[in-house]
Amino acid sequence: MSTATATVPSVTRTKSRASLSRSRRWALYTSYFFLILFAIFFLAPPYYMIVTAFKSDAEMARMATNPWFIADGVTLDQFRILLKNTDFLIYFKNTVIVTVLVVAITMVISVLAAFALGRMRFWGSSILATGIFLTYLVPDTLLFIPMFQIVKALGLLNSYWGMVVVYPTLTVPFCTWIMIGYFQSIPKELDEAALIDGAGHMQMLTKIFIPVALPGIIAAMIFAFTVSWAAFVYPMAFLYSSDQQVLTVGTVTSLIRGDVYKWGMLMAGALLAAAPPLVIYAFLMDYYIAGLTAGATKG
Amino acid sequence: MAQIAHSWDRGSARPQGALSGVRRFFRRRSTVAFLMCLPLIVLVGGLIIYPALYSIHLSMLNKAQTKFIGLGNFRFLWSRDTFWMVVQQSTIFALSAVFFKALIGLFTAHLVNNLPSKGQRKWRGMLLVPWVIPLALSSLGWWWLFDPTHSALNYLGEALGFSEVPWLSDPYWARFSVILVNVWYGAPFFLIMYLAALKSVPEQLYEAASIDGANAWQKFMHITLPMMRNIIAITVLFSLIVTFANFDIVQIMTAGGPRNMTHVFATYAFMLGIRSGDLPLGAATSLFMFPILAIAAVFILRGVRKRGRDIG
Repeated sequence: MSTATATVPSVTRTKSRASLSRSRRWALYTSYFFLILFAIFFLAPPYYMIVTAFKSDAEMARMATNPWFIADGVTLDQFRILLKNTDFLIYFKNTVIVTVLVVAITMVISVLAAFALGRMRFWGSSILATGIFLTYLVPDTLLFIPMFQIVKALGLLNSYWGMVVVYPTLTVPFCTWIMIGYFQSIPKELDEAALIDGAGHMQMLTKIFIPVALPGIIAAMIFAFTVSWAAFVYPMAFLYSSDQQVLTVGTVTSLIRGDVYKWGMLMAGALLAAAPPLVIYAFLMDYYIAGLTAGATKG
Repeated sequence: MAQIAHSWDRGSARPQGALSGVRRFFRRRSTVAFLMCLPLIVLVGGLIIYPALYSIHLSMLNKAQTKFIGLGNFRFLWSRDTFWMVVQQSTIFALSAVFFKALIGLFTAHLVNNLPSKGQRKWRGMLLVPWVIPLALSSLGWWWLFDPTHSALNYLGEALGFSEVPWLSDPYWARFSVILVNVWYGAPFFLIMYLAALKSVPEQLYEAASIDGANAWQKFMHITLPMMRNIIAITVLFSLIVTFANFDIVQIMTAGGPRNMTHVFATYAFMLGIRSGDLPLGAATSLFMFPILAIAAVFILRGVRKRGRDIG
């Protein structure tokens, strides 16, 4: 079948082949044309954020020049004001603490559970796996009001430790789900060999499953990182003092004082806050995308 | 299999009285598996299922949470025009945003797939950037783009001959603006999913269709779409849930205004529950999301399971 189809084009006359390649070239040009349009649409907001962050307040106040370009020269003033006069660094520190802890908690819980569910089948394990996928579909905006009461009862209202407790509900279900897929793709022969060598469950997990499924673990970690870095509803509802605030809410609410919007500084803050996920994405794009598509393609 | 199960228990065979019974229990395969799942069960049970059920109880209390008032909160919402506007806007927001996200995603995925494979990675990397920036921060950037006094968008519009647009101050333009931002944020996700799906369509199918004289549109309608149907369905339903429950964009750019016209369920529940301190009423509001989300979830699960079977 495939050999037959492969030979057909070479039989066709050279003239029609030339026209074919010309139409291919036009298809390519059209693709590039539309892709450039979409790239402008997708990248214009971040570009404008960058331009604003490096502009001086004087130039912005004058409003005489094209807002999309920097006329008076690049300045780091906005970043200087941001780091010196605001609590931005406190938000940054809080976010780093919360994110690191949440990623660690998530990975421990979901790797253990995925190993058990993917490999060790027990009573109710398939129901549990399905249930976990369903809880992943429960959005945080459905739960934040009862969660407010729970966080309050735990005495963690207005404390970033409360975020360490509630963020795993956003990350664990999906990470477990994709880890089950990765663990199931490991050939059974490997664990049989380990059993023959007398390895226990934990040894099998740490010596075989984690190293072999490392790409999946990295993808899950990136997912947990980006989700807890970007979380917005829970801190918006549960945190209100500046020393406990995290980056997303801090940048969006606390940096705005009264009616005066210091847009340059705000954009500088937004850029710095968005930088860690962007850097991770730039260096680990393939893992990032693997984690993104795993939810629907593994099951 | 029995052999393996036997070797699991090998270590506990030594007779050591009562202790060995306990030890055997802890070495049993299913016990170990259950213990490994325990942290997950505690987390999901305590912080997802319990709050979900508690939310039903909470929604039936009065504002001070001292008295049980049955369906009073739901009845109150039912009688409010604002609430029905929220229902309307949430529906418009979710349906139109998901439709355009899917359309743009499908289109751009095809465009990227047309490129020589060397350049695809670069374009894919560039086009996914909106999805990578935390939504709260890019919403702030969009807010700044829409800012009336400095409006960079109107600057461009005027250069192209359009009149000034009141992006966030006119209720209908504000509705358009929040949808636009959601499309901008979510379309790259569809692009990635559809690109992955396009790659999994066997090349021979297209070759066979070419021989039969099918044009590009026919190939798309009769090969690409049927092959991608399942993943399109899963992505659309998943996005429907996420979009319907969206909070960040509306909260940051309009906080529900002007005249409550851009409120979606999440921001309305936030305003009632957290801002005005009426937690039961807020809980009742977000519970209205539940039936719609549950229906979408059931269909997603069916799709994912089917896909799992298709793959093998």
